[in-house]
Amino acid sequence: MKKSALIGALTLTGLAAGMASAGTVDDVKAKGFLQCGVTTGLVGFAAPDANGNWEGFDVGFCRAVAAAVLGDPQAVKFTPTTGKTRFTALASGEIDLLARNTTWTFSRDVDLKFTFVGVNYYDGQGFMVPKELGVSSAKELDGATVCIQTGTTTELNLADYFRANNMNYEPVPIETNAEAQQQYLAGACDVYTTDASGLAATRATFENPSAHILLPEIISKEPLGPLVRHGDDQWADIARWTLNALITAEELGVTKANLEEMAKGTNNPEINRLLGTEGDLGGMLGLGKDWAKNAIAAGGNYGEIFNSNIGEATTIALARGLNAQWKDGGLIYSPPFR
Amino acid sequence: MADLSYVRTQMVPQQDPPITETGAIKWARENLFSGVTNSVLTLLALYFLYQVLHEVIPWLFFSTWNANSLAECREIAEGGCWAVIRERWPQLVFGFYPSEYYWRPVLTFVLMLVALAPVLFNGLPRRMVWFSALFPFLAFWLLWGGSLWLPVAVIAGFALAAMSVIYLPALTGTLLATIVAFIAPVLWWLFLAAPVASILQAILPLAIEPIESAKFGGFMLSVTIGITGISLSLPIGILLALGRQSNLIAVKAICVGFIEFIRGVPLITLLFVASTLLNYFLPPGTTFDIILRVMIMVTLFSSAYMAEVIRGGLSALPKGQYEAADALGLDYWKSMRLIIMPQALKITIPSIVSLFIGLFKDTTLVSIIGLLDPIGLSNAIRADQDWNGIVWELYGFIALMFWIFCFSMSRYSMYLERKLQTGHR
Repeated sequence: MKKSALIGALTLTGLAAGMASAGTVDDVKAKGFLQCGVTTGLVGFAAPDANGNWEGFDVGFCRAVAAAVLGDPQAVKFTPTTGKTRFTALASGEIDLLARNTTWTFSRDVDLKFTFVGVNYYDGQGFMVPKELGVSSAKELDGATVCIQTGTTTELNLADYFRANNMNYEPVPIETNAEAQQQYLAGACDVYTTDASGLAATRATFENPSAHILLPEIISKEPLGPLVRHGDDQWADIARWTLNALITAEELGVTKANLEEMAKGTNNPEINRLLGTEGDLGGMLGLGKDWAKNAIAAGGNYGEIFNSNIGEATTIALARGLNAQWKDGGLIYSPPFR
Repeated sequence: MADLSYVRTQMVPQQDPPITETGAIKWARENLFSGVTNSVLTLLALYFLYQVLHEVIPWLFFSTWNANSLAECREIAEGGCWAVIRERWPQLVFGFYPSEYYWRPVLTFVLMLVALAPVLFNGLPRRMVWFSALFPFLAFWLLWGGSLWLPVAVIAGFALAAMSVIYLPALTGTLLATIVAFIAPVLWWLFLAAPVASILQAILPLAIEPIESAKFGGFMLSVTIGITGISLSLPIGILLALGRQSNLIAVKAICVGFIEFIRGVPLITLLFVASTLLNYFLPPGTTFDIILRVMIMVTLFSSAYMAEVIRGGLSALPKGQYEAADALGLDYWKSMRLIIMPQALKITIPSIVSLFIGLFKDTTLVSIIGLLDPIGLSNAIRADQDWNGIVWELYGFIALMFWIFCFSMSRYSMYLERKLQTGHR
């Protein structure tokens, strides 16, 4: 009976504190920080370091939005969410923004009533095999035993792919990525399949990564992106255009290093509009003129965030591939700033 | 021939027993190789032990504590990579609690041991129990911080209940006094405690830096949830068990309904209700602390089980004990407090403690709803590029810590059983 009292008192204070609910952006400004949902831990995308600071590719986006809205990339509180709790956390308003390598699908967008604000990573399901298996294409995997996480779309994609190619396989069901690593290394399965970024990250942890190869086939589309609730278009615009600002900054060569210099004014009108020296794009969003400048200052442009968290200089060593700028043959493309 | 003698003139020196009948060999023959089956089993067990130790001992001894990443570990040592524990030790223990305030959970833990001592061992001065009663509020204040007046206001509610029990019966009679004792504090907590606390805070500010629940993690989170659940589920469980046996229909119906409903639902379902469903029921924008929600659910869950365990103890008592209490002229609460409960609780100690142990281990389930308890943190640590791929060291460490907690609980329960042994079986 003791604690129920505390709870009663706390509920009341909580109720009193949380009654006002205007637009999300006003709420965020009022409370002074952004509540961002991330994973409970996924290599390269979000993880706390030894001091409890969150780092990663998705975390980088959260910090950019916080910087755009509040001018401070540290004004973020992270809520670790699991695959099961992420959507309710967003729908119930516990978090303002979900950046949790979530695949943009029809039903999530339409049925669950979320707005995906763009794609920040194009992923796809791939295969990893030991080199000694002597396989160079997924088409040669007939009869293989495959480690696969149960209850995910990867399971369905795998079944579709093998059926379409008229091949058989024997699934070895596993629960988590850590379990998959152990099973795969112990030889319980010939092949491990999951998102290609996850495979690369997993392979990087092996004692001898070069003994394993990723097969060239990618058998599904997994566009990962940040999302917000339906019904608050201003907030969705802010998130969408913050992402676009990071992408455009890379396209126009605006980096963390030359940001201050560029912000003084350049010959390129689009850079000027982006950084707020010309026009008032920030005002249209309900933010300050330097919103995009702050967002870029948080962790650099899209390419810099990519490289410092999952790029080739890190242990995960993902190539840009589909995630290169459209000029370089990738799919990363932002609508113009004007 | 005369010097030939067939009679010994001196004693034969005592001989050692045959080597097969003494010492280790005898023990081994009797215990390990006493028959064909046992010999085969012994050899198999030895082989198995060899196989395990052969792997584990080098892994333990050729391990390293000094490295900054798994790759570095692999260069330095062939065995385990304990460096991850060294680097993440504060995080595994305190979660994201700000490091300058680590003294608060540490102090709370030490005070907890002080508060537990008079409850667990009866050689100590009885007056220490008052500190034990105050401890939950002190712990709440130390861990979460904020104004001291909030816990004080809550204590005032209990004082209200105590006063209505002591002074009201003379005016209104026992039944009404009991009802008032339950309702008055609830009304106080719901409507008056918070405003009064803020007024007092305005008059005399007594506050320490507030720490939000999101910063709780690691073993601190497990212990906080576990201890809260353990210490609250026993009294609530006792009340529920008594209520279930009550002659008052309404009380009985409420208790039976509660117990059967909670016991019919898995804990993980309750946790999901706490983490996701409650958000839909509460007004939008309400920030009802997730850890408090989890604590409530864990407490309710274990209270229902506790009630059934104690009911088992109650029904094991001979009817004569109840009648004897009545014959002495004791009222209901006195007979329960002095005659029935001491015996019922004594019988149920092993079940109660195993429930506690189970509850403490069940706290790891909160990792499924995204709280970073040690299991959740082990996943988060593996998500760090430096430590991705580490499995055994983290799980081994967590298992060891849990083992220490649970083993001490189990030893204490055995001590308690011996101490309370009164001989009639």
